[in-house]
Amino acid sequence: MTVAPARRGTGTRRPVPPPHTGRPSWRDRLGRLDTRFTPYLIVAPFFVVFGVFGLYPLLSTAWMSLHDWQLIDGAQAFVGLDNFRELLADRNFWNALGNTLSLFLLSTVPQLVAALGLAALLDRGLRGRAFWRAGVLLPNVISVAAVALVFAQLYGRDFGIVNHLLGLVGVDPVDWRAETWASHLAISSMVMWRWTGYNALIYLAAMQSVPKDMYESALLDGASRWRVFWSITVPGIRPTILFTVIVSTIGGMQLFVEPQLFDPGGTATGTGGTDRQFQTLVMYLYEKGFRLFDAGYSSAIAWVLFLLILVVALVNFTLTRRIASKG
Amino acid sequence: MATTAARRLTNAGPIAYASLVVILLASVFPLYYSFLIASKDNSALGDAFPSLVPGGNLVENLGRVFDTVDFWSAMQNSLIVAGTVASSNVLLGTLAGFAFARLRFRGSHSLFLIVVGTSMVPTQLGVIPLYVLMSALDWYGTLQAVIVPALIGAFSVFWMRQACEESVPQELVEAARMDGCSVLRTFWHVALPAVRPQAAVMGMFTFMTAWNDFFWPLIVLDPNDSPTVQVALSTLASGYYTDYSLMLSGASLAVLPVVGIFLLLARQIVGGLMQGAVKG
Repeated sequence: MTVAPARRGTGTRRPVPPPHTGRPSWRDRLGRLDTRFTPYLIVAPFFVVFGVFGLYPLLSTAWMSLHDWQLIDGAQAFVGLDNFRELLADRNFWNALGNTLSLFLLSTVPQLVAALGLAALLDRGLRGRAFWRAGVLLPNVISVAAVALVFAQLYGRDFGIVNHLLGLVGVDPVDWRAETWASHLAISSMVMWRWTGYNALIYLAAMQSVPKDMYESALLDGASRWRVFWSITVPGIRPTILFTVIVSTIGGMQLFVEPQLFDPGGTATGTGGTDRQFQTLVMYLYEKGFRLFDAGYSSAIAWVLFLLILVVALVNFTLTRRIASKG
Repeated sequence: MATTAARRLTNAGPIAYASLVVILLASVFPLYYSFLIASKDNSALGDAFPSLVPGGNLVENLGRVFDTVDFWSAMQNSLIVAGTVASSNVLLGTLAGFAFARLRFRGSHSLFLIVVGTSMVPTQLGVIPLYVLMSALDWYGTLQAVIVPALIGAFSVFWMRQACEESVPQELVEAARMDGCSVLRTFWHVALPAVRPQAAVMGMFTFMTAWNDFFWPLIVLDPNDSPTVQVALSTLASGYYTDYSLMLSGASLAVLPVVGIFLLLARQIVGGLMQGAVKG
């Protein structure tokens, strides 16, 4: 009885050797190599691709940002923090930063609140569940480029349907591209259109793991639906809300295609309207890097944006955690 | 009995259905509108309120799309890119997912956490060095510049690991290994057949994502030479005059394959998304 543990202690876990020969066969050795190394081999492609085409470029921006680096001609000179100094004095940078934050807030906050409401609707006992769920996810699979083109028409100044509708209730036509606020609202509506249903389904998935009898007994006790939602549902899915806030922050701070294609100048100029009224940081990065070929400066923008995303994600994380646990 | 009373309270009433109908209409309307404008003559857009009945110019407008940009070759390029990216994600994603779900190796847990963590890294910010890298490889304007960085994504690994945990019985894997099957043979004969349905949905999902990708193709492909559909679309939009029927005919064409896939697989896509959300 005491033999077995003692044997395990010696660490010899070699399988029973084949009876016909004394040393492990070539096949056995190969088999052991296979067991040990094949797992690493088959997860390796992901790390190689991510390392070469994701991580390495991202880290290189830090190096590039310290140089006078031309996109075509390559590195010219090491300039230390000059690019960053220039950036801090650059009005267009601050403008793009303001636009990015404004577009981010306008598109994300209402979007996530709406998604919560929509998820609560979808969580009720519904006929044709699969149909409604698919319906709200549909916008998410449409390419941003196509969405931008359609919305550009919806928000047309002269013939756009939004202005037609506003006209019906006596509002004068809005020049959606020329005015800062109008353009921000229009662009945010595109983002919302594409992402609200997606986030609603994520919330719905989380809501379904909150025990149903908790709602039911609260409702039977006469609690209003509103109160049940805020006191049971929202705290119940807090981790998921935090997750979506972080993901939306990372995505929202990098907004590019919607505003880029909202501009009638399109990809040709990339200034985000005649007065840069809706140019985001990634658009500015694109303009500097690929229109003006100033790779060093463009990398400085990228690096600042990277740090900014970290900060905003952290702030949002803390804020949301506090708000979501209040209920 | 208590639960039936409560169920009546949680069941959707007429207001809930009405709200859902409104939301659904809002989801579908821009798509319908795109098709609507694509079917009309440009002059019809000046009407006080455009009629919601399609016009008769669809074929003519589509023809103009093909005359303005080389939409056929753009479609072909997109098909090559999205097809390759989807197949490769299915293969490499299932392999890695299988390893993380069913094989024991040192550090597997931390490695998987790194995979999940990478999806939070804003790699888009590295476009400048990535472009420089592609130029150095002499890949500018070639489809591999778009394909290779997308060959395998964190999402695919994550999705397929989950699929393997659900559908590949550990005992079967161990039995195959005992019988002397190599890791790869076990993968091929035990794991892959078991996760075929999930792999198909994931492949379609990756296909749609690759088909819709815009930012990187815009930068690394030559819009006049080898664009994908999305890049060709943006060329339609950046004309000096805005020809909406032309633009939206292009947009309708570009979304058609994706909408088709979605209608076929909506239930599975919704299911996969929601499952991933709970576990992730």
